[in-house]
Parts: sequence; structure tokens; C-alpha cells
Amino acid sequence: MQKSWWKILGAVLVIYSTIAGLLLGVPHLDILNETIRNLYFHVPMWFAMIVLFSISVFYSIKSLMYTNDVYDLKAVEAINAGIIFGVLGLITGAVWAKYTWGQFWSFDPKQNFAAISILLYFAYLVLRNAIDEEQKRAKISAIYNIFAFPMMVVLLFVLPRLQSSLHPGNGGNPGFNSYDLDSRMRMVFYPACLGWILIGYWIYTIRFRIRSIEHQTN
Amino acid sequence: MQIANQVKQLIHKEMLLEWRSKYALNGILLYVVSTVFVCFLSFVSVPEKLTWNALFWIIMLFASINAVAKSFLQESKGRHLYIYTLVSPVALIIAKTLYNSLLMIGLTLIALLFYTLVFSFPAGADMGMYLVATVLGSLSFATIFTMVSAIASKAGNGGMLMAILSFPIIIPVLIVLIKLAKNAIDGLDRSVSLDDIGLLAVINVLVMAVSLLLFPYLWRD
Repeated sequence: MQKSWWKILGAVLVIYSTIAGLLLGVPHLDILNETIRNLYFHVPMWFAMIVLFSISVFYSIKSLMYTNDVYDLKAVEAINAGIIFGVLGLITGAVWAKYTWGQFWSFDPKQNFAAISILLYFAYLVLRNAIDEEQKRAKISAIYNIFAFPMMVVLLFVLPRLQSSLHPGNGGNPGFNSYDLDSRMRMVFYPACLGWILIGYWIYTIRFRIRSIEHQTN
Repeated sequence: MQIANQVKQLIHKEMLLEWRSKYALNGILLYVVSTVFVCFLSFVSVPEKLTWNALFWIIMLFASINAVAKSFLQESKGRHLYIYTLVSPVALIIAKTLYNSLLMIGLTLIALLFYTLVFSFPAGADMGMYLVATVLGSLSFATIFTMVSAIASKAGNGGMLMAILSFPIIIPVLIVLIKLAKNAIDGLDRSVSLDDIGLLAVINVLVMAVSLLLFPYLWRD
């Protein structure tokens, strides 16, 4: 009970943000209308992904410094869990885009760059599969992971700001902060972010434990 | 001081090897020339500005992957071991990156020259700025592809992996480059492009710093 308080917190926060996100009042804006509620589901996915990829880079650095199988397993499982959230972020974004921009995929810079940054991590998984020898795989994939991380940051946070994008917060469009003048949305948004990050971390720990049991039995 | 000396020796060695076989230089030149010629035959007329720019960068992208990939992939394991015993890994990655940068700058300028001979340079374009874009582009290609080719060669399954690993990394750079080059072609004021030049410089410095930090781990088997 004492060790699993954060799991309960994560679950409660996600359930709260889902119910409150669909029921509580939101500001009424043109074009957006009720789709503004997607903020509670779309944005936390990316936060969870960034946190998981950061964890992965942290363990990649550790696995380079001290040769240990555990760090490598942690790094790869953090990426596996992060990719799930990245794909969910793309899907929630595409569904939202269908009702506001008119198309699931309108080749908006933000969409393209997000897809490319997911591709970066698929390349990481392909690289892992290409190497048979275990220690070599740990070392080379850790190096590629650290090398790719700054590029992912550039792709997601720098480049979309330089191009004209329809995405809120980019290209002169109003971002999140200008919507919630009555701060009703903050009451749901911040718990949603924290909740999904905790759930993401939980998924990662479960995956890691399964992986390490498999590793030991082999 | 010792590292500077080693870097000088390594670059000298690379140039000597290249000069003896002239394999990479001639091969890549032939590649660029024939690609441009094929494009000329298929386009018939001179394409419009946007296509002109995109075509040039696509040709350069594939030419540079082929040119830089050989820097680690072509060398045998035995030679890797021999170099490992002689020089420090930092000296090696600096030397390879510098040599590849020089190679890429030369190659890109020759390719641009030939390209403008076949497809005339768009009217009203800022030639100086376009040259800056091509030089920056060759530097970025060299720094990124050198490190990725080192990773791919250590993973031991050459060309295929090189393409998979390098494309997602090079795409952001390529997008900024194409934007910068397009500004130059449209003849926009130079102050407009300063942001892009800064971003490219930052990406290059970042990639170089990460390479210097990571390469010693990669090199030690």
C-alpha cells in the first residue's frame, strides 16, 4: 500500500480527468466548440511520451557508464512504452484535426514532425533487432538513443515554431494559456497530465519486470 | 597538442588513400553528373524555382549518404583495430568529420556548378546566400552521416541500416536547409534567413558535441 500510492493516485487522476473532462464546463470558442476537451487527452500523451523517452536516455547513459543488462532493459522498455503514448498522441491529434481542420492528416508541420520523431524511435528498435550480440546491442543502441534525443527535441519543439502551422500554440495561433481565462480548464488539465505520466511510468515498470523475468529464465 | 597532431596525420592519411584510388571522388562525381543528366532528360524544360531547389537537395542527400557512408563502412575490422591501437578515438572522429566536411563541401560546390550549367540558376536569386546554404548543408550532412556511419559499421550490417538510422535524423536538417535555400532563391532580404542559419549552426554544434562524447564508447569494443 505504501509503495503503490502513486499507482492509485495515477489511476484516480486519470479517471477524474476523463469524467470531469467530458462533463465540466469549458469556454465556448468558434471552430473549436466542444473539441477543446481534446486538450485533456491529447496533450498529456505527449508529456507522458517525453517523460518516458527522458527516462530511457537517462538509463542509456547509465548503461554506457556501467555495463549492466538491467539498464539496457529499462531503456528499451521506456522507449516501448513511450512509443505507445506517441502513437496515441498522433491518433488523438488526427481525430481532433478531422473535426477542426477537416482532415485526419492535412500534412501540417506539427503532424509531420511528430510522425518523424516516432519514426526515429522505430529506427532505434530496428537497430536493436539488427544486432545479435547482447552487450554490443546494449552499447550501440544506447549510443543511438542519446544521439537521437536532441534531434527529437528539435523536431517537436523548435521546428514547428519556425513554420506556419495550424496547431494551437504554433505559427501565431493562440495556445492553451489564452483559452482558459476562467481557469476551469486548469483544474482538469494539470491532474490529467500528472495522471497520464504516472500511468505511463506504471506501464513501463510492468513491462520492465516482465522483460527482466524473461531475461532471467532464458 | 597530441590530438591536433593525430588529427593532422589522420586527415593526411585519408587524403592520401583517396588520392591513390580516386574511387569515392570519381564515383560520386559520376553519380551526381548522371543523376542531373537523368533529371534533365526527364524534365525536358527548366523546372520552376521550387522544384529546382528541391531537386538539388534530393540529389545532394543521396550523393552525400553514399559519399560519407564509406568513411567507416569501407574499412576492414583489422584496420579499425590497427587505428585503435595508434590514435585516440576523439582524434579519429574529429579527423573523419573534418575530412568528410572538406569532401562534402568540394563535392557540393562541383555538383552545384554542374547543376547550374544544366538547369540555369533562377533569375533574381541571391547567389551568395545560396552558396552559404550549400556550405552549411554539406557541413551538416558530414557531421551527422559520419557519426551514423560509425554506428552502422559497428552494428555490422552496412548500407541498409545506414539509411534507416540516418533519414529520421537528417529530415529536420534538410527541412531547414530547403527553407534557407528557398529564401535565397526568392532573393529575400538576408536578415530573414539569419534565424535558419543560427538554427543550423546550433544543430551542427550539438551533433558534433554529442559525437565527441559518444564516439569513444562506440569505438571501444
